[in-house]
Amino acid sequence: MAQARINRIAGLHGPAGWLLFLLAVAAVLVLMPVLNRVVSPESIFHVPNWMLTLTGRFLCLALVALALDLIWGYTGILSLGHGAFFALGGYVMGMHLTRNSYADGGVPNFIQFLGVSEWPWFWVPFQWFWFTALMILLVPGVLAFLFGFFAFRSRVRGVYFAIITQALTFGMMLLFFRTETGVGGDTGLTNFQTLLGFSVRDADTRLALYLVSALAVIGGYLACRYIVTSKLGRVLTAIRDAESRVRFTGYNPLRYKLFVWTLSAMLCGVAGALYVPQTGVINPGEMAPAQSIEMAVWVALGGRGTLVGALAGAGIVNGMKSYVTAVHPDLWLFFLGALFIIVTLFLPRGVVGLFQRVRGEGGRS
Amino acid sequence: MGLRRLHRALLRPGVLNLQGSRAGPEVTGPAFPANASANRSSVWFARTGTFMHKSNWLTGLLLGLLLGAPGATLAQSAEERAEAIAEGGQQASDAAADGLAGETGEVVGRLATAEWQEVRDAIEALAEVGDADALPVLRALQDGRLYYDEADRVLVEDAADQSLRDAITGDDVEREGLQLSRPPLTNPIRRSLRPVIGQLQIFADDVQLRRAAAEELADRPQAAILPRLQDALEQETDGEVSRLLRIAVARLQLDDEDAGIRLDAVETIGAIRSSRLKGSLERFLRTDADGAYTEPDAAVRDAARAAISAIEQREQLSRLLSDLVYGLSMGSVLLLAALGLAIIFGLMRVINMAHGELLMIGAYTTFVVQNLFVLHAPELFNFYLVAAVPAAFLVTGAVGIVMERGVIRHLYARPLETLLATWGISLILMQTARTIFGAQNVRIVSPEWFSGSVQLMQGVSLSTSRVGVILFAFFVVGLVWFLMTRTRLGLEVRAVMQNREMAAAMGVSANRVDMWTFGAGAGVAGLGGVALSQIVNVGPELGQAYIVDSFMVVVLGGVGNILGSVTSALGLGVFSKFLEPVTGAVLAKILLFVAIIIFIQWRPQGIFALKGRSAED
Amino acid sequence: MNRAVAAFRELQRRDRVFPFLQEAAPSPGLDTRHGPILYVEGISRSFDGFQALDDLTLYVDDGELRCIIGPNGAGKTTLMDVITGKTTPDSGHAWFGSRLNLLRMNEHAIAQAGIGRKFQKPTVFENLSVFENLELAMHADRGLRRSLFWRLDGEGRDRLDEVLALIGLEARRRTLAGSLSHGQKQWLEIGSLLMQNPRLLLVDEPVAGMTGQETEQTAELLVSLAGRHSVVVVEHDMEFVRSIARTVTVLHQGSVLAEGTMDQVQADPRVREVYLGEEET
Repeated sequence: MAQARINRIAGLHGPAGWLLFLLAVAAVLVLMPVLNRVVSPESIFHVPNWMLTLTGRFLCLALVALALDLIWGYTGILSLGHGAFFALGGYVMGMHLTRNSYADGGVPNFIQFLGVSEWPWFWVPFQWFWFTALMILLVPGVLAFLFGFFAFRSRVRGVYFAIITQALTFGMMLLFFRTETGVGGDTGLTNFQTLLGFSVRDADTRLALYLVSALAVIGGYLACRYIVTSKLGRVLTAIRDAESRVRFTGYNPLRYKLFVWTLSAMLCGVAGALYVPQTGVINPGEMAPAQSIEMAVWVALGGRGTLVGALAGAGIVNGMKSYVTAVHPDLWLFFLGALFIIVTLFLPRGVVGLFQRVRGEGGRS
Repeated sequence: MGLRRLHRALLRPGVLNLQGSRAGPEVTGPAFPANASANRSSVWFARTGTFMHKSNWLTGLLLGLLLGAPGATLAQSAEERAEAIAEGGQQASDAAADGLAGETGEVVGRLATAEWQEVRDAIEALAEVGDADALPVLRALQDGRLYYDEADRVLVEDAADQSLRDAITGDDVEREGLQLSRPPLTNPIRRSLRPVIGQLQIFADDVQLRRAAAEELADRPQAAILPRLQDALEQETDGEVSRLLRIAVARLQLDDEDAGIRLDAVETIGAIRSSRLKGSLERFLRTDADGAYTEPDAAVRDAARAAISAIEQREQLSRLLSDLVYGLSMGSVLLLAALGLAIIFGLMRVINMAHGELLMIGAYTTFVVQNLFVLHAPELFNFYLVAAVPAAFLVTGAVGIVMERGVIRHLYARPLETLLATWGISLILMQTARTIFGAQNVRIVSPEWFSGSVQLMQGVSLSTSRVGVILFAFFVVGLVWFLMTRTRLGLEVRAVMQNREMAAAMGVSANRVDMWTFGAGAGVAGLGGVALSQIVNVGPELGQAYIVDSFMVVVLGGVGNILGSVTSALGLGVFSKFLEPVTGAVLAKILLFVAIIIFIQWRPQGIFALKGRSAED
Repeated sequence: MNRAVAAFRELQRRDRVFPFLQEAAPSPGLDTRHGPILYVEGISRSFDGFQALDDLTLYVDDGELRCIIGPNGAGKTTLMDVITGKTTPDSGHAWFGSRLNLLRMNEHAIAQAGIGRKFQKPTVFENLSVFENLELAMHADRGLRRSLFWRLDGEGRDRLDEVLALIGLEARRRTLAGSLSHGQKQWLEIGSLLMQNPRLLLVDEPVAGMTGQETEQTAELLVSLAGRHSVVVVEHDMEFVRSIARTVTVLHQGSVLAEGTMDQVQADPRVREVYLGEEET
């Protein structure tokens, strides 16, 4: 019984849930900027700029967690390659930023190393923001669509799919490491100057990026919530539990899986695109298989198939990572490794499940 | 960010050895310079000790192994000594302790000077004397091991144990109380040393030395020593050496004024078909500005043309063959890396993401065994690999059993959770290795018989370690075959994997079989680690490079099919070797992934599909 | 269960006709003017040397209730797999009506064309409630966009409630299907099949694990479905077959051994030898 309930949507069904949601939105959209701008820097409640940017980055990662929960938690397809989609979104944004940081007609060193003094053809359209915005969705989306089409069509499932996605991100990483690929090789893209004419180092731009990230997460959450509570969401859950049965009921799982897989990749692309101007760098290391697997533990820790859990998990793990790597850098991998084991062995429903259990037992007693 | 390092590693020829990268804050364990002082290593040791309190069993296990050797804190210096021992073996042949004959001795005595011109003169004089006994002295000079004391005695330092002996009399000399100076070693001296060593070596008794010298001479012969080369050629008994000498002679004779001698030389080259002389022959076919051939004699030109085409044929053949052999060697590395996984994933369907770390443990076990031999049995150093094989199997197997009992056992019905949990284990193992051995690569020295190279045919040579890996791969495949088909465990494993309930009903404890199968798979992975330790760098991230490759091998070969894994590993190795020159190593790898994905489209069951009803579900 | 029995009584009343049982959902492209709704001709399929189906030919008329019996390994389940697209035969033809070539269609396309299947082992969507299970099965556009913006209308809700009442799971409509008992899952699957409302129902061992009373109910249900729908039942339980069968097909070693009424089949000496003989000893 408890096992069967694992993946039900948690929280936010009743009015109390929506109230909590609105409070969280208000905290992120209003309280943080106010604490940053209005409260004096001497005050204990002041939020310094770096913390605002850090929170902005966490919000981007939370969006990744949402995307992964959609595909893994609800549809049962574990992807170990979401780092690739995230990094692709980031690279698209990075190319836009790099392109416009050389307004005087020069080209960065890594282009010169290729023996040319002009921007290669595929760099040219990235000077326009509208094109970049389109590509942020299309590049991860098209890659995911093609990959998903072939994988789902031949009914590659479960761990096999996970392994192939890992190979995907590994292969992408190798490709981007090459200097000849023309996007910065092993150092990647960095030294960004302006975004839409604003300096990326400016505090106001940073605040704007933070707010856009927050809106993206809120929008992403609402969209994902709409999907998983619709009949489509129930088909996805049905695919996760008994795919062949779904087929004999007359649904084509290929279409459903492909839809949610591509959508998930696009969300990741958006997250990556917002992440890059806030960190100031994008390099192939983001595509390392380890990065993508770490994303899975965010979702697992928070609680699969709950959306809220994914958000919470991304926050908890990344918060701990920031803290532990600063204080005890040697311990972080022990910590992360133990987290993987503990979550899978003892917390199959994640933190959200833990809450539910506590609340459930409290209600009964 | 270890990204540059990562990239360099990627571009290394042969197997792409990915060092692994982690964007974001780089996590490194306590890193110590290779020659840590005793003080430093005691700090290190204390830290390792504290880890033992709060961390896991593995720290304890590996630490226990280290502590088994009382001098284990000397691990760093043990590495250096291992290298010294291995080098010492190579140098032993020229460490002849006899004295030097009259004239040679007299000239060697002139080396006891601080003036570089005098040193150069002495070297030239030694070349004229032509006594091979002077070689150790020259080599010591080259390596900076040559000293003289205040009494102008010329002293040679032994490469292995740093003892001194008199170069002329051959007597051992006590280092205490001597005022040692080195003769100057400037670049002009180095330059003049090399050909002289080559010349002298060509008359050495040891074939290996003669061969090395002949290599050098065949590449850079000097007209002045032509008569000496011809002498050497007459005396030579070894086929390869005389072949090289003939190349050297022919090369010099190509410039002879007599067209007949030139023709002979060209024909000799055509018969030898040495590709290194192709460039010299092409010179004959060149024309000057007026369209006239630089080579006046038409017969010589024709012979050159024929010789070039013969050489090119040979080149093509040997390139094909060497690609094939090298591909097989890469394939067998892949195979060794993947075989453990073929058992654990293929037979048990357990997704073990810590597989790479099992390889790493195998490699580190080799390292520990090497150091134990250095510290306790340096005379047996050459055989440490033989001891490392069972040690690695047992250690990794034990680690595997602990993993299975502690974690994986609870997750059998949940493959995706197994994947995540084993990834967690892999992170812990990696960080443990970093904590114990440091973040840097450790030095593993191949025993003497395992370094060097084997010439399969002219132009196709393979390092002995790679040949060893190929043979070792066959050995391990044989071992696995034996385990699975000829032992009780294998029978039970097959029974349990085919039908758990039925096997249980027949009295086979599925639980126990799981444990031993996992242990055996892990042990085989450890054997892979021993092999890898001999050809790639051993560091905490060793395993990360092989995990994706290994899964590809198993999936391509067909899950649950060990023969399939063998075929796919060797196939992938050869395939990527033939692809590499066309596309470059990185693109070759990417293309390979794409090919595998397409292949799985076409045959989801791998190369060797298991036929029957079971495959239909 | 008494509720379910009551529902069946209800079902038998002449004056009370359930609209969803009256007409099967329309199947575009289905042409049954020539009589048979299912043509299976010369189908062969072997697995690694084992001949599961051997030149099997079978026709099912529109509105017929057909029982298929045969010993283990006779190819009954493989036949169902071929019809529903799960298995591709090595040779032969399978047509749904005279226009739809089943061998060229995917599982989901076959299901959409109007062939519903109930599996031997009950498979329900364990993490969806009983209500949601039925809602998913309800005959409707299975497209992506329709699913995303789907809203259950009043008519659909009524149909759902009727089926819920019929299968006796009204009280458990919000329960997760995974926590139902085995028998309840069987009923839920039958309910899903009814919601799907296909022209042709393939029912694989429907009464396995059911009590005598439940078996009886199932028999009544299947009989009442025939006429408007075509029903093919695979069953081991001879009593059950006898209680519902009009035409019985006996499979043996992958091909049809005999076909006719239960009495005719039982009188056939070959059938006696391979099948009924075994049953009696």
